[in-house]
Amino acid sequence: MSTSTTDTPAAPVVPATAGDPSPRGQAPEPPEPPERRRRRRSPGAIALDGGLYVTLVLAALVMAFPLIWMLLASFKSNPEISTWPIQWLPQEWNFDNFIAVANSIPIGRMIFNSVFITVVSTFLKVVLGLACAYALVFVDVPFKKLAFMLVLFTLLIPGQITIIPNYVLVAGLDWTNTYLGIILPGLASAFGTFLFRQQFMQLPRSLLEAAELDGAGHLRRLFRVVVPISVPTIAAVTLVTLVGEWNEYLWPSLVAKSPDLMTLPVGLTHLQDLEGIQNWGVLLAATTLLKLPMLAVFLVLQRRLVAGLTAGAVTG
Amino acid sequence: MLNWNVGSDFAQFIGFGNYVEWFNDPESARIVVTTLLYTVATVAGGMAIGLALALALNRKLFGRGIVRTVTFAPYVLSGIAVGFLWMYIFNPNIGLLRTVLGWFGLSSPPWFTQEPWPLIMIVIVTLWKHVGYVALIYLAGLQSVPQDLRDAAALDGAGTWRVFRAIVLPLLGPITFFLLITLTLSALQSFDLIRSMTNGGPLGSTKTLMYQVYVEGFQIGRGGYGSAVATILFVILLLVTAIQMKFVERRVHYQ
Repeated sequence: MSTSTTDTPAAPVVPATAGDPSPRGQAPEPPEPPERRRRRRSPGAIALDGGLYVTLVLAALVMAFPLIWMLLASFKSNPEISTWPIQWLPQEWNFDNFIAVANSIPIGRMIFNSVFITVVSTFLKVVLGLACAYALVFVDVPFKKLAFMLVLFTLLIPGQITIIPNYVLVAGLDWTNTYLGIILPGLASAFGTFLFRQQFMQLPRSLLEAAELDGAGHLRRLFRVVVPISVPTIAAVTLVTLVGEWNEYLWPSLVAKSPDLMTLPVGLTHLQDLEGIQNWGVLLAATTLLKLPMLAVFLVLQRRLVAGLTAGAVTG
Repeated sequence: MLNWNVGSDFAQFIGFGNYVEWFNDPESARIVVTTLLYTVATVAGGMAIGLALALALNRKLFGRGIVRTVTFAPYVLSGIAVGFLWMYIFNPNIGLLRTVLGWFGLSSPPWFTQEPWPLIMIVIVTLWKHVGYVALIYLAGLQSVPQDLRDAAALDGAGTWRVFRAIVLPLLGPITFFLLITLTLSALQSFDLIRSMTNGGPLGSTKTLMYQVYVEGFQIGRGGYGSAVATILFVILLLVTAIQMKFVERRVHYQ
């Protein structure tokens, strides 16, 4: 009855690849001593493992199949999509839906907008966060504690709450329909500042004092000394910000009124208004375009991204 | 505290008029109930499913890395895009879900048209998007439960369930606390899914406080009233944080 692959203690467990869940790169669980492991295998345990396999396969199906289904649908013709009973695979794979998207909205321009706004916002947020955290930790500025309390307090005020006053301000400055209006109001990000501060507090002060003795100014100390040894934190914050910016909907949808300034998520709802809710092929093709870049980023840089997203959850 | 329309230069000071109006409007009670139902369902459901998933993933099973990746992936996707995808799946005529329900001899409920199905639908999609995140955080917590503690309890004759109840669950306290706060706060501010799937409808049955801020401020253009609702929502967010800190902290076990 002991034929399951996990039975033998020597069987390699899943290697700790990019999907390592421990956010701070904690050590993987120590391998259990062989004799203890063997002693514990009871029929109950094997049944449990069997049940768990079924559960995991089901979970994976429920989580992954909607995405596969979307991808399949984006290659189907409209009759194939709206037929009943459902047709699982497209008869022939073609890009007609994607071409229809391009004919309906300026999709190239929207992709450019999304990439441009995401990159610029992320870069500025990270640099501002670094500068702010550096000042909070290494520079003797008056009211440092108070300043940090203010940063912490803004973490409590979600962006959604301030959306009306922000909009009034941006509209008053005539910044609607400008990149400036889309990018600027979101730049003060407490999230980055907070994580960077935590990281900087752990750095040895002597390192910075040595740099200061060598005549390095604040900027030089920040970018030549602090930044190179904080790369993991910076990478995590950058990735989380990147994903957030790419998916951001509410604010850009308010500021970008003209299709030439719309980002992809805004373009998607715009497309829905133009094409009607039943034109699934076109809508799902555009949905695929919006999702694929983040899926790719996630699959390639999973470990760093997850570290950033779960930072703060597991302390110590 | 102003009677003022977005885009207009004219604003009249009306004191607490907007708040008085909100508290007297029967729609407000309905919106609060909807917000509450949505929050409780997504937080409780997300934590239960997430924990179960984490427990399954915590055993050294073949392929668990892939499952972990797959379950987490929806968390990084755009809410608008996720909403569109699921609208297609939920479609009562051509949707995938109609087929799946058909396998079990069930017919598709009126997801988009009849209460309470639209709200249930949005809860399901929210869970789909968030459980991977919850599971991942719980998983990290499970792996920091010391093995010798479990072994000691097992030697004392405690069964799997007993070990879980008496040792693992209390040690997960701080993580549960963290998830409770973050999930509640994010549920209260949820917008993209509602915007793309139901627009708050039908007949306002999926209109939450956050969505009311949007409708009043930007669709109707009553900036003053919308801001009042935003302030009420903000006070609720602060209260939730404060109450949770007070009550939960007492029962949290730190290592």
